[in-house]
Amino acid sequence: MNGWLFAIVQTLCVVFFAPFMAGLVKWMKCKLQNRQGPPPWQPYRNLLKLSRKQVVLADTASFVFRIAPYVVFSVTIVAVSVVPVISVQLPTAALADVIVLVGFLSLARFFLSLAGMDVGTSFGGMGSSREVTISSLAEPALLMAFFTLAMNASSTNVSTVIAHLSQGSLILYPSLIFSSLGLILVAIAETGRIPIDNPATHLELTMIHEAMILEYSGRHLALMEWAAMLKLTLYSLLIVNLIVPLGVALTLRPGDLLLGAVSVSCKLLLLALFLAVVETAQAKMRLFRAPQYLGLAFILSLLGMMSHIILEVR
Amino acid sequence: MLIATLSLPEQVVLMLAALILLSSFLMLAQVRLDSMINTFALQGLLLFFATLIMALISGKYQLLISAALTLFLKVFFIPNKLRGLVVRLDINREIESITNPSLIMLFAASLVLFSYYVALPIRALSLLATRNTIAISLAVVLIGMLMIISRRKAVTQVVGFMSMENGLFFAAVVATCGMPMVVELGIAFDVLVAAILFGVFFFHIRTEIGSLDTDRLNHLTEVEK
Repeated sequence: MNGWLFAIVQTLCVVFFAPFMAGLVKWMKCKLQNRQGPPPWQPYRNLLKLSRKQVVLADTASFVFRIAPYVVFSVTIVAVSVVPVISVQLPTAALADVIVLVGFLSLARFFLSLAGMDVGTSFGGMGSSREVTISSLAEPALLMAFFTLAMNASSTNVSTVIAHLSQGSLILYPSLIFSSLGLILVAIAETGRIPIDNPATHLELTMIHEAMILEYSGRHLALMEWAAMLKLTLYSLLIVNLIVPLGVALTLRPGDLLLGAVSVSCKLLLLALFLAVVETAQAKMRLFRAPQYLGLAFILSLLGMMSHIILEVR
Repeated sequence: MLIATLSLPEQVVLMLAALILLSSFLMLAQVRLDSMINTFALQGLLLFFATLIMALISGKYQLLISAALTLFLKVFFIPNKLRGLVVRLDINREIESITNPSLIMLFAASLVLFSYYVALPIRALSLLATRNTIAISLAVVLIGMLMIISRRKAVTQVVGFMSMENGLFFAAVVATCGMPMVVELGIAFDVLVAAILFGVFFFHIRTEIGSLDTDRLNHLTEVEK
């Protein structure tokens, strides 16, 4: 019972702090580029403003368009609930393993791209087709990276994998380094950051995520944007807890939990800084170079898997 | 043998092996000549560290000489020579198109699997803790070969040839703690001489056919039909 309560509180915390994470990256990026920048809590203001606004629906919008924000948002929350944030003692982790987690994310993406095409504007269709192209290339790399981690821990459950990685002495696993590099590349592509997509633009021919949600307004738009920020936080949590499992609580004791909370915040802060630096140093790629980028991610994940088999097992 | 049973330096050697394989893949995907030569120098540097660590953990200090040779030849001398050549030939900004890059990458990945299966019985003969890397070094050799086959420009083919030699050298270091010194010195100077000779050849090829595209050496006549 205690565990379930903890899991629910933890998920709610992540949902609540997700806009702050997105705002923080933006703020750091602005500071790095010598700009004033909105404060990190600006996304909360935006969400609040949007939720008060009236919803404007296109005449051609079907029920898919109306339910999509709710589906995308709730599915992303379910996906977040599976990921260990502070402690690996998570009863919700039994709900889904990494493969189902990837499935949740693709379900959200499926509805997102359906909603993009639903109204029938050319921008939405373009955005959906690009999103599907990129995710169809990113998903094999993501799964391959997860499989390598799973083979290391002999389990596909995220909690078990993290618990396995955080125990034991320091061992230099080549497979882990490669698959985490692959994971980072995929995460950047999937969350629509530079160099694949630019989260800062709103009207540009090459946008992907923004093109799909262009027709949304009011609370629907708020939910869609919140889901996108949640997805960024979800991938960040996966990256920091899988690559550096240091500090993740293995028990539910208050001291361990406090340590876990502090360490995960520090790690997220560092990752936000890393993202901001990358986005400042890099320019957005041409859309047609995205397959090359994701090919590199796939090769890295594949190399991780192969170096696990060749170098580590026997 | 699980990796957890190895000592830290041996784990580092395995890590370096994986990185060397990665640098081979990067070279295969690289389209710009200058960044390709940089990747080649990086591979040489990784090779140097691997040799150094092997020399220290095995106590065979003649490997230190090989390490020094690697550092001098493969990290500084040959890449610098190639860079100078590329600048003198005025092709340092040139981009070489690869036909079907993703297919070639997948082919390289399957080469790694192939060399894993080929190296299984060989691995059983070695007693060193780092014997698992034989498959990796064989894969580096094969990927170098693939690079020679799949590229058309003479300079990239030479880089592929050199990376093949890197693979051979790595196999010798990790599987048997180095070849006899005479052999090693011989190979090192062979590579050195090859690098210089290739430089001369580049100029000859270019003055003969007006380009470094070796596909055009297949034509028997000078006039395109």
